[in-house]
Amino acid sequence: MATEALSVTDLHAYYGDSHVLYGVSFALEESRVLALLGRNGAGKTTCISSIMGLLPPRGGEIRLFGEKISGLPPEAISRLGVGLVPQGRRIFPTLSVRENLVVAAQRQNGAGKAPGKTWTLDRIYDLFPRMKERQNQLAGSLSGGEQQMLAIGRALMGNPKVLLLDEPSEGLAPLIVQEVGRTIQRLKDEGQSIILVEQNSRMALEVADQVVILNTGETAFVGSADEVRADEDLVTRNLGIFHGH
Amino acid sequence: MQSGSNSTRTVLALLAILIVGAVSFSYIASIRSAQFAIVQTLNSLALGGLLFLLAAGFSLIFGLMRLANLTHGALFMLGAYIGANIMRSFEGVSLWAAMIGAGLLVAVMGGLLERFVLRRLSNNSLGQVLVTLGMSFIIADACLIIWGGDPIPVPTPPDLRSPIRAFGYAFPSYRLAVVVLAVVAAIALYLLLERTRLGAMIRAGVDDMQMARAVGIPVSKLFTAVFMLGAGVAGAAGVLGGPIMSAYPGLDADMLPLALIVVILGGVGSLFGAFVGSFIIGFIYTFGTALLPDLAYVILFLPMIVVIAFRPQGLFGRIAA
Repeated sequence: MATEALSVTDLHAYYGDSHVLYGVSFALEESRVLALLGRNGAGKTTCISSIMGLLPPRGGEIRLFGEKISGLPPEAISRLGVGLVPQGRRIFPTLSVRENLVVAAQRQNGAGKAPGKTWTLDRIYDLFPRMKERQNQLAGSLSGGEQQMLAIGRALMGNPKVLLLDEPSEGLAPLIVQEVGRTIQRLKDEGQSIILVEQNSRMALEVADQVVILNTGETAFVGSADEVRADEDLVTRNLGIFHGH
Repeated sequence: MQSGSNSTRTVLALLAILIVGAVSFSYIASIRSAQFAIVQTLNSLALGGLLFLLAAGFSLIFGLMRLANLTHGALFMLGAYIGANIMRSFEGVSLWAAMIGAGLLVAVMGGLLERFVLRRLSNNSLGQVLVTLGMSFIIADACLIIWGGDPIPVPTPPDLRSPIRAFGYAFPSYRLAVVVLAVVAAIALYLLLERTRLGAMIRAGVDDMQMARAVGIPVSKLFTAVFMLGAGVAGAAGVLGGPIMSAYPGLDADMLPLALIVVILGGVGSLFGAFVGSFIIGFIYTFGTALLPDLAYVILFLPMIVVIAFRPQGLFGRIAA
């Protein structure tokens, strides 16, 4: 059996008093891409925030290569090897492109290993030549697509063992979405373990190995991407349009 | 969008005209003699310099930690007393050495205050305001117990006692030195913030605290470092202001409101705003007290009210205060 890079067990999360995640469970295997799908408000981003420690879970457990990370503050989780490309990109607008990358640089310690070669500023510039051209420009002045590249580069600078990508195609032109897709494929080829949250399930299914579908805060489907690709209605059925609880 | 930025620009232009007008009016009114104008100008600049050292730390702490540190005035006063005490107790210690010593001591105190008290009150801004205000009372009373109620003069360095004479006028040399030091400190702070990785981390924290933590920036250590830096600079500024103001009970309450006005005027979290705001307030306060002593506070608060009304984030600020 493959090594579990990240496991989520019976995760419960709340925003204030409102219960958002009801016992979500899944596990990402090492060097695989897990697509986390679901409708708007299904709890995908909440799931990502819980893993990153931005929204501490109130129940359940999250483990990174066997090491418990739930309950730790986000900076500790980042240091242990979780990288986040958040929804809406959230680059630091008043920092230059270069500074956005430099502040996030770190080597990892703890269980498991960051895959492939160590990410450095030069390697990020190789991956995204545009970032090198614009390294002294304020990040806030970049286009949406460039900001997305920067957000990915910034997360990679932390040499994550697991990379969380939250809606990387959101609000981008189709051509840029393709480029983001190619980048994810390339990271996967280097052995990066990835959780990919997408509304755009077609794009996600092209690179994914594993699929988890969330429906109103519960896991509606856990399986392989091959199963989903073989049965096109499976996603629609599990999105559960009129299926409350 | 276009009209929005235009109207902002118009308001800014009006504000600038108003402030420049007020300052130059008092300026012209004051030219009863050129010597008077020179002395008052240097007084204004020196006060502006001291205010900058105080306000820069306050602004930085607020920008990063969203914490209005009302202990800041008391830390300034504490620095002045410690500096005066050092110079009295150890014969031959220069003002500059006393300034560094007091700055370091106050920085350590600030660090302890942040780690053991304020840390427990994160996400509780009312608690923070009350505790920092209470701390300032405690420090003020402690100073009163230790150093008594009489002002303690801080001697001017011997080299800077006599004014520089040029063009037939006398320029008070210590005040010139204060201005030079404040400008040097401003440049050093600017380089620290804009040209180092540590500075970039601080700015990242100001931009988006949650995201900064998510990329592994050790925000907690950063808080302590910034708080110590702000406290230390305030303490050192107290010593630097010593020869002009001396150390006296109530120095904290005299300085804190001026620093608050500077920060509101210049914009929270903006070093440049603190710099410009400090010198504007330095001029307004000095000329206001000299020319219209009865209206000094009105003149002082007027530009602040105008700024709050039309540009709540301050002249150069990014965050609404």
